[in-house]
Amino acid sequence: MYDIESLYEATSVADACRALAEDPQAMVIAGGTDVLVKVRSGKFAGAHLVSIHGLHDELDGVELAPDGTVEIGPITWFHHVTTSPVARERVLTLAEACDTPGGPQLRVSGTIGGNVCNAATSADTASTLVAYGALLDLQSVRGTRTVPITEWYTGPGRCVRERDEVLVKIRIPRENYEGFTGHYFKYGKRRALEIATMGCCCLVKLADDRRTIDDIRLAFGVAAPTPIRTRGAEDAVRGMDVAEAAEKVGELALAECHPRDSWRASKEFREQLIREMSRRSLLEAARKGGAEV
Amino acid sequence: MRILKCTINGKPVQVGYDPRESLLDTLRNRLHLTSVKRGCEVGECGACTVLIDGVATDSCLYLTDWAQGTTILTCEGLQAADGSLNPVQQAFVDDFAVQCGFCIPGIIMSAVEIVGTGKTYTRDELRKMLSGHLCRCTGYQNIVGAVEDVVEEINGTGACSEEARAAFAAVAQKARLVAEE
Repeated sequence: MYDIESLYEATSVADACRALAEDPQAMVIAGGTDVLVKVRSGKFAGAHLVSIHGLHDELDGVELAPDGTVEIGPITWFHHVTTSPVARERVLTLAEACDTPGGPQLRVSGTIGGNVCNAATSADTASTLVAYGALLDLQSVRGTRTVPITEWYTGPGRCVRERDEVLVKIRIPRENYEGFTGHYFKYGKRRALEIATMGCCCLVKLADDRRTIDDIRLAFGVAAPTPIRTRGAEDAVRGMDVAEAAEKVGELALAECHPRDSWRASKEFREQLIREMSRRSLLEAARKGGAEV
Repeated sequence: MRILKCTINGKPVQVGYDPRESLLDTLRNRLHLTSVKRGCEVGECGACTVLIDGVATDSCLYLTDWAQGTTILTCEGLQAADGSLNPVQQAFVDDFAVQCGFCIPGIIMSAVEIVGTGKTYTRDELRKMLSGHLCRCTGYQNIVGAVEDVVEEINGTGACSEEARAAFAAVAQKARLVAEE
């Protein structure tokens, strides 16, 4: 039995927004794999929950908009992002990142929108969504707004979403994925049921010679209090040969990161991870794009 | 008190529940389906795994409120009417996969889901598909072996007894398992 004060099953997004506006203590629950764990631990004890669990018509599924934007419903299970034909064809690295949180059972309860709204720096989809430059659509009784993911995170477990706002869509515009190949590298002590000690996503677009980096996106989880993109490192290696870029990217990325000590790993170890994972992710992303390195 | 209407182990069920309950609470405490184990209660150990509309799910992190109209299968629904074991259960016996047994009902439910895909898998693929379960006796080798054997028995190219195939098909129908294309 959970310490829940009230549970309301919303019948639509508009209904959920109304319920959230009416009760100043109400919070959204979707898959439940973060919220219920926090209720259990006491952090959210006595929670007033507005459930969007059943809003499949409005919030579930991955679709391709006519302009090529990949549109992901926030209550789409991790597993359904991984297996979605649209996601696999257009944003494969995100589909692969969605195959890494928890275990198989968690990935058919946990949702990609919950991963974004929980706002943990260790969220497995965070660095990949940052690399893809996702746009996040929010809705409340006050209206709708769109937040680029680079402006989403405000601190550990915190984001700009107001309590009464519902994430209604995750959008990845065509220019942010077209021509890119990528790799999400999760480092943990086990291969399943593990929170990332470090997460790194690298997307690269190679020039026609399959050697020169035309464009690159490099993003991290757990390298700072929030997921981050290391734009300085991106700018520095853009135009370089893949092998040379791989050589330099680690130090460059590290200069922009702020890893810390935690019980999972020391700051020094995380610094080592940032250097090494940047290099390996870049190489792997380039290999998938046809580079022979 | 709210009323849950759903199908459990092939039978229509109506049961009163408190909206604060997890599906684990309702299955164990109200319906006495005690094959569903209360383990970590935070979605890590997999001991509470049941099939919800054919999908292996941790029932500890699933509110009963969400189960309206669903089809649920637990280990209690696996045996045939005459009490004979389902081929998945039998494989665990034949491979000596059970030590203390606490994790086994959950793993069997994942195994039912895996066999239900109608495909065969490598041992590495099976290990990943079973990675949402912890066995604190650490008897993983025989567990993976049992799943490997029953997947091969039902979905492989070798001879499979009609009884075994029929027994699995009966359960698959109960659970609304759909073989992948």
